Amino acid sequence: MTTTGAARLTRRPRVTLLDYGSGNLHSAARALTAVGADVTVTADETTALDADGLVVPGVGAFAACMAGLRGVDGPRIVDVRLAGARPVLGICVGMQVMFEVGDEFAEEVPGFGEWPGRVERLTADVLPHMGWNTVTPPPESRLFDGIADQRFYFVHSFAARELSYPDSPMAPPLVTTCDYGGGFVAAVENGPLSATQFHPEKSGDAGLALLRNWLDTLR
Amino acid sequence: MPDGLSRASTSVDLRDAGDPVALARAYGEQGADELVFLDITASSGDRATMYDVVTRTAEEVFIPLTVGGGVRSTEDFDQLLRAGADKVGVNTAAIARPELLREAAERFGSQCVVLSVDARRVPKGGAPTASGFEVTTHGGRRGTGIDAISWIERAVELGAGEILLNSMDADGTKAGFDTVLIAAARSVAPIPVIASGGAGAPDDFAPAIEAGADAVLAASVFHFGELSIAAVKDALAAAGIPVRR
Repeated sequence: MTTTGAARLTRRPRVTLLDYGSGNLHSAARALTAVGADVTVTADETTALDADGLVVPGVGAFAACMAGLRGVDGPRIVDVRLAGARPVLGICVGMQVMFEVGDEFAEEVPGFGEWPGRVERLTADVLPHMGWNTVTPPPESRLFDGIADQRFYFVHSFAARELSYPDSPMAPPLVTTCDYGGGFVAAVENGPLSATQFHPEKSGDAGLALLRNWLDTLR
Repeated sequence: MPDGLSRASTSVDLRDAGDPVALARAYGEQGADELVFLDITASSGDRATMYDVVTRTAEEVFIPLTVGGGVRSTEDFDQLLRAGADKVGVNTAAIARPELLREAAERFGSQCVVLSVDARRVPKGGAPTASGFEVTTHGGRRGTGIDAISWIERAVELGAGEILLNSMDADGTKAGFDTVLIAAARSVAPIPVIASGGAGAPDDFAPAIEAGADAVLAASVFHFGELSIAAVKDALAAAGIPVRR
């Protein structure tokens, strides 16, 4: 795939990794650095807004992540960035919170609501879904450019089953699916907002390639 | 096996490895799917060294990293996760105080709580258990009389997210994984089970997956070059088990 040459950065893209108390920022920071980003780990609003790209990580429970994100004004930071067409990448629970609601342990927790739908428990015999799985990206995907046939590392028990805008004039997002006891949303590319249910920072060379593809979209 | 099985991870235990960071890098390049550090500093007891090794590994190897050894509290979990571990293995301390599993799962999420179980058949003269397997401590030298399968069931209820199942009977034999133990664990564990102990040949790995393991782990056979990760993956693929290439 080609990118718009004129819009490409001539310096290392500045990426802010939103630090709101969710674990394992270390790995994501190192992986982004390894593929050429200038990474800052912070909850500082100005830094998060000014960055070329914002990464919203997340591990553990939906409710705990939402509480942490609200604590650093995460929903507003993301909203402001998206309103300005500034790229945001959600990873794992950082993807799940972009949906309307998380349905965890019979407790409904509102998410950011950037996308319609709910995040619910998978129905496989063995959970968490922990391991390397294949995904099915749409041909237009930029995130999976060159790596569509690779496996990515998942660790989760909850996911969004689908993402669609039926009967809506909104441009439909590019949705990549995965199957584990039924289909679920493995990644989304929706204008400036992208997200992966798997952990690219733990997905070896394929994951690094995906992060590099995302960096290539920053401008 | 669960439907849509996606995981036949080849895990490498870096215990007894000379330079763990260099080995981790090499295994990553060879296609290992996960890395496990267990008791890498058990002899020296130097926790700072362990955190340093974890951090340096996480800086250059972008695959999941489980670290265990001497983990006694949620503070230990916190320090290892901050150092760069993705999952933390706990063993003896959970036997002494099972609530540690719940505390860790509530604070960090089940996905990073790995219960390491060193199990063996109850030896003659030992107190019998319902399953015939018991939990051991001290590297398999000391029996506890606790039923290994009941323990796994309890650990799942408490919030463990994964079982690292070490067969002390098979360990070191190179005669194959303990498929009876694996099947027994699988029957009570709706969470991933990593099988360990007994690997000697590439063809040993598929039976462990077929018996119900979600992932297979080996250490010395990789360290001493007796087996390559590629050969193990070839054998798994030949047996019809999907592997990452």
